Amino acid sequence: MANLAWKSFKGIPLVFTLIWIVAFSAALYLMDKSVIAFLGILSSIVLVYYTNTSKSIKMAIGAIVLLLIIPLVAGENRYYMEVASQVGIYVAMALGLNIVVGFAGLLDLGYVAFFAAGAYAYAIFSTSQANEFIAGNLFPLSGEWFWPFLIVGLIVAAVFGILLGLPVLRVKGDYLAIVTLGFGEIIRIVFNNLDKPINITNGPQGITPIPSPELFGIKMGTPFYFYFIVLFVIAFIVLANIRFEHSRLGRAWIAVREDELAAQSMGISLLNTKLAAFALGASFAGVVGVIFAAKQTFIDPTSFTLMESIGILVMVILGGSGSIPGVVLGAAFVTILQVQLLKEFSNFLHGLQNAGIISLPNQLDPSKFQRLIFGIMLILVALYRPNGLIPAKRKKNNLDAIKKSEFGKEKLGILGRLSQLTSGKQS
Amino acid sequence: MLAPFPRENKSSQPNECRKFVQVYMRNEGWESMINILPQVLVDGLTLGFMYAVVALGYTMVYGILEIINFAHGDIFMVGAFIGTEVLLISDALGALEGMNPFVALFITLIIAMVLTGALGVGIERIAYRPLRGAPRLVPLISAIGVSFLLQDLVRFTEALARNEFYLNSPALFTGSIPIGSIATIPTKGLIVIVIAIVMMIALTLFVNKTKWGIAMRAVAQDQSTASLMTINVNKVIMLTFLIGSSLGGATGVLFAQNYGTIDPYIGFILGLKAFTAAVLGGIGNLRGAMIGGVLLGLLESLSGAFMGPLTNGAFGAEYKDVFAFSILILVLLFKPEGLFGEAVKEKV
Repeated sequence: MANLAWKSFKGIPLVFTLIWIVAFSAALYLMDKSVIAFLGILSSIVLVYYTNTSKSIKMAIGAIVLLLIIPLVAGENRYYMEVASQVGIYVAMALGLNIVVGFAGLLDLGYVAFFAAGAYAYAIFSTSQANEFIAGNLFPLSGEWFWPFLIVGLIVAAVFGILLGLPVLRVKGDYLAIVTLGFGEIIRIVFNNLDKPINITNGPQGITPIPSPELFGIKMGTPFYFYFIVLFVIAFIVLANIRFEHSRLGRAWIAVREDELAAQSMGISLLNTKLAAFALGASFAGVVGVIFAAKQTFIDPTSFTLMESIGILVMVILGGSGSIPGVVLGAAFVTILQVQLLKEFSNFLHGLQNAGIISLPNQLDPSKFQRLIFGIMLILVALYRPNGLIPAKRKKNNLDAIKKSEFGKEKLGILGRLSQLTSGKQS
Repeated sequence: MLAPFPRENKSSQPNECRKFVQVYMRNEGWESMINILPQVLVDGLTLGFMYAVVALGYTMVYGILEIINFAHGDIFMVGAFIGTEVLLISDALGALEGMNPFVALFITLIIAMVLTGALGVGIERIAYRPLRGAPRLVPLISAIGVSFLLQDLVRFTEALARNEFYLNSPALFTGSIPIGSIATIPTKGLIVIVIAIVMMIALTLFVNKTKWGIAMRAVAQDQSTASLMTINVNKVIMLTFLIGSSLGGATGVLFAQNYGTIDPYIGFILGLKAFTAAVLGGIGNLRGAMIGGVLLGLLESLSGAFMGPLTNGAFGAEYKDVFAFSILILVLLFKPEGLFGEAVKEKV
């Protein structure tokens, strides 16, 4: 029954979406620091996705919400922009992992290593850290170098991806998961200990102060600017995702994901295809790593643990691996849950505790229950929605329309040549 | 852990070796390394046998279901906590006083094994059985989920009960046995090794000699054919989880006894290394898992102790995990069937 109701669901009426957006932006504008209103605005993106209208109108409304309404209404409030840019960073990462896990079906549990590679690339060279091993007191670089370093981070991470992928992609399935997990741990340990014999990463102390980006002399250090930088990167990654998905390479990825053996016998080079997926996913993580380093102004190895890798994987799987809107939703949901909802809930409990209504040991702080929630989510998704919240759609070709089109009359390939030959003989 | 030992046999070093020492090793590192070697070997064996028993759990489940039971390391951790709690509670009740430590350890082991065995069966029932026949990544994901869930559940209960989640296990055995004049073996380490060997022998006998063991091997070979031969596949899988998990739980108790302090996160990395051991020996192969575990423990202990001195302090013991994971990667790359496994042709 529920399934039937879902099928007859045509989409949310446009009016409802517009009222929703106006109402919540007004609410956020009038009531300062209303978390519900802020969440309402963020979730309006989902509403827009499901709205019953044409694609271009949906895109236009989405762009207005993201580019105008959110910065305008929440721009003054650092905290909201902070959350929004945090969400954006994870969305971008999840979209990168989506190429590896969702399209190519390679379970990568060490994804955060590439993120770390990008972050460290910017951090080391933009602070005086690089003077430790490069002679000539050339560093620190100024914030204007942030922009070229987006490319550097991309290249560094892609090289990492290829270096890891070349040997590792010979194993597959759950072995690959374990190997990448081991690799992620190795990278973290190495970054954690590379303060001797040559001090490259400054070890567990981390690197600080990483300069904020600068453009034409304007220092872009606040979350407000990062929000736009991240948005730009996300737009780029989404575009790349869409283009790749329907390209020759993307089809090869999906073929490899569905059946390696069959794909191989159709002439797809397994190694090249997988390596491309690995390197591309990695390079996106590298770009995001540079942004992350610039945004935090401080990085140390604790930001790149296995937990982060699993967290990004949860986002992809929860949203629906291989489905771009699904991954965006999953990433946004998990990040907001982590950054905001749990924190709010803890604050609420702390409030109760301070009022003397309940007493709670410090260890039971809900914000520490990330693993529990991740665990439950992973199990539930695996059991009940193995394809995620918004499952990936397969593009279906309308065979009848193709047959009836003018190209349908031409006979192609051997058959065409045969018919040409026979027709030649007859004449 | 590595106590400094008095240097006694200085003169017994050959002359060539002396030169080598003078040229390559500053501060007579070579001799102190020789002196701590027995201790390092004993530590490595203790660790290795623990890896071996945990690896058995991985290998059994993989042999039958072909999934990596990611939660196995956390079942081990739960076993450590159950054992420690049993000892702490009975200590608080005064039951430990005057009790023979062997009896106390035995009772603790039994309780931990029963509970973790039940836990393993429950996990199979809830998180793995509904997913049988699903694409292979799906059970892996739910296994990671179970693993995380267990970690936080244990943290939660311990935080509620004791307001902290680092537990110190009461030590049952504190003595040590000297071997000659060069090293001493702590009794607890010896007990770990002995119990681990007993468990491994018992499991091997069970799998090879009993009716259920034969059924297990049959199911591992081919589930549908086995079910045609009137074997209840579900029951056999349950039994596999029961035995594997209870062995893991027992190892947890031994771990807590040997190292003293436990926390809810010990399981994941140890489980990963035990899995490495299983892969090293050839996954699905009991003998391979045992040998792989011991080998890995020894390698880790040796690298932890000697990597620092050998590289003049450039790479120290902090890289021993890197060592373990590199072994995993290398084995998977060059001999994916493991040292003792047979190469399996891909089913088409």
